[in-house]
Amino acid sequence: MSPVIELDALEVRFGDRPILKKLKASLTGRSIGLLGPNGAGKSTLLSTLMGFHKPFSGAARVLGHDVAREARTVRALIGYMPENDAFLASMSGVRFVRLMAELSGLPPKEALERAHEAFFYVGLGEVRYRALGTYSLGMKQAAKLAQAIVHGPKLLFLDEPTNGLDPPARTRMVQLIQEIRGRGDLSLIVSSHLLRDVEECCDQVLILKDGNIAAYCDLEEERRANRRFLELETRGESNGCFVEALDRLGCQTAAGAQGRIKVVMPEGLEVRCLYALAAEQNVQIRRLTHKRDSLEDIFLKAMEAGSGGL
Amino acid sequence: MAVYKKSYRPYEGAYTAAWRRWLAIPRYALEDLRRSRFLNIFYIASFGYPLIAAIVIYLEHNVVALEALRAERVAAIVSIDAGFFMSFLGWQSMLALFLAAFIGPGLVSPDLANGALPLYLARPFSRAEYVAGKASVLVLLMSLMTWVPGLLLFAYEAYLEGRLWSLSHTRIAAGLFFGAWIWIVWLTLLALALSAWVKWKPAAGALLFGVFFVAAGFGEAINRVEDTRWGLLLSAPNVVGTLWEWLFEGAHPTANGGVFFRVDQSAAIPVWMCSAALAAACLMCLYMLGRKIRGAEVAK
Repeated sequence: MSPVIELDALEVRFGDRPILKKLKASLTGRSIGLLGPNGAGKSTLLSTLMGFHKPFSGAARVLGHDVAREARTVRALIGYMPENDAFLASMSGVRFVRLMAELSGLPPKEALERAHEAFFYVGLGEVRYRALGTYSLGMKQAAKLAQAIVHGPKLLFLDEPTNGLDPPARTRMVQLIQEIRGRGDLSLIVSSHLLRDVEECCDQVLILKDGNIAAYCDLEEERRANRRFLELETRGESNGCFVEALDRLGCQTAAGAQGRIKVVMPEGLEVRCLYALAAEQNVQIRRLTHKRDSLEDIFLKAMEAGSGGL
Repeated sequence: MAVYKKSYRPYEGAYTAAWRRWLAIPRYALEDLRRSRFLNIFYIASFGYPLIAAIVIYLEHNVVALEALRAERVAAIVSIDAGFFMSFLGWQSMLALFLAAFIGPGLVSPDLANGALPLYLARPFSRAEYVAGKASVLVLLMSLMTWVPGLLLFAYEAYLEGRLWSLSHTRIAAGLFFGAWIWIVWLTLLALALSAWVKWKPAAGALLFGVFFVAAGFGEAINRVEDTRWGLLLSAPNVVGTLWEWLFEGAHPTANGGVFFRVDQSAAIPVWMCSAALAAACLMCLYMLGRKIRGAEVAK
């Protein structure tokens, strides 16, 4: 899979202060989460990818285009939903989104048609003629998403898309992002400090800390790995034999006190085989839990590990 | 298919040429301005002077009409020369200042106040195109008030006077055109720069007048205190008037600048110095715009 974003020793400085420090990564996911504490460099990275900041050294490429040399081409390929309020309060929603579409190069007629479609798509069809200044916070977020997708970008930058939303509005926004991701014809970069949002919307995550990459991991792989890690609580006379039998099946095991066993299953082995084996050994499996190494665990480990990854 | 049934789909249609995308900005801005009744009335009223000037030119060449109106003496007083056209330009340029004070502050400041700049600049659209789009609104409206009717009046006078007059007065046509452009460019850049730095629209409008009138007063104060003439460089009417004089009449002016743009003949500033001062003011405005028109704020 060709990389969506390539960072080649990318360094960005504001004055003498380095903000992004020689970042090196190749992001290939369909939906990539950008995580990090405040001041980690998330917004600076997004701004640099859009050509708002010039790299001090190194390079960054978006969909194969260098952000410094081909900024215009890069910006034609992306849609951007900023974190803060960004609209013209006096303009009606549909007119504003139409203007944005025209600036992206759509002819006026197509721009108007697409603006209507985008508004219906984000659930604001009924209020599209109202002035943006009268919108609620949730509506403003949706309007920002509408202007980001109106010109049909290949890559969408969403900066804190659920910022300030109430639970129903957040759910709706997450559903929209998941729906866009599910279409498969555009990639997403979701910058958020809300781990749950990233967990629900992304399949890869890049964690920044102090301008360095603290971790880059594939959430789907993590989830797959977690599914193979089990904790069993057993009852029976022949626990030892059961552990030996598990080892013979290719499992890695660690027996604890009171019949507790940690098991890492090999590829291809199903959980039901463990039950069958337990029945053979006359052992009861009273509890079986999958290890849940959440994004929070990954994030905390990355923060503790510092730069250089997990 | 009804629009509300449509889902998100990638765009696969044609794109407009990159060079003309910025034209969307003045188109939308002019649509907004058209809704202002005050602006419409003001703008129509601003063509009153050109209309009167056209009537004067007509009467000047129509003895029958002059006799009928018993205005022969008026015709003797008014002569259609460089002073006539410079006064026309001065009057229209003052109206252009009012127009810039009314429209200018609303061009950039709402985008900054509402954080809309990243949305413009995250598209295949440069900062220069953004400024050009905003500036074109003022340039278009002020051109229609100044050099366009000025050249039409010149053409009318040339038509009535004949080919020889137009050939011997080409400098007036050039003065109308370039003199108006000098004023338009400076005023546009100043209005945009103030709009970018002062988010409160009435304050930005007032500052525009301040630069025109207060700076002139400040320059006069410098002249008095320091017993010098260089304070006149702070006076936009004097600087622009000096340039107009040179454009209209060359090195030996007979008129004293245009109305509102009178030149202090007792302490004349060299033309090159006025040009340099105006260029410096324009560069300053461009610098101010460059500092504010950015996709992302940089906190150093």
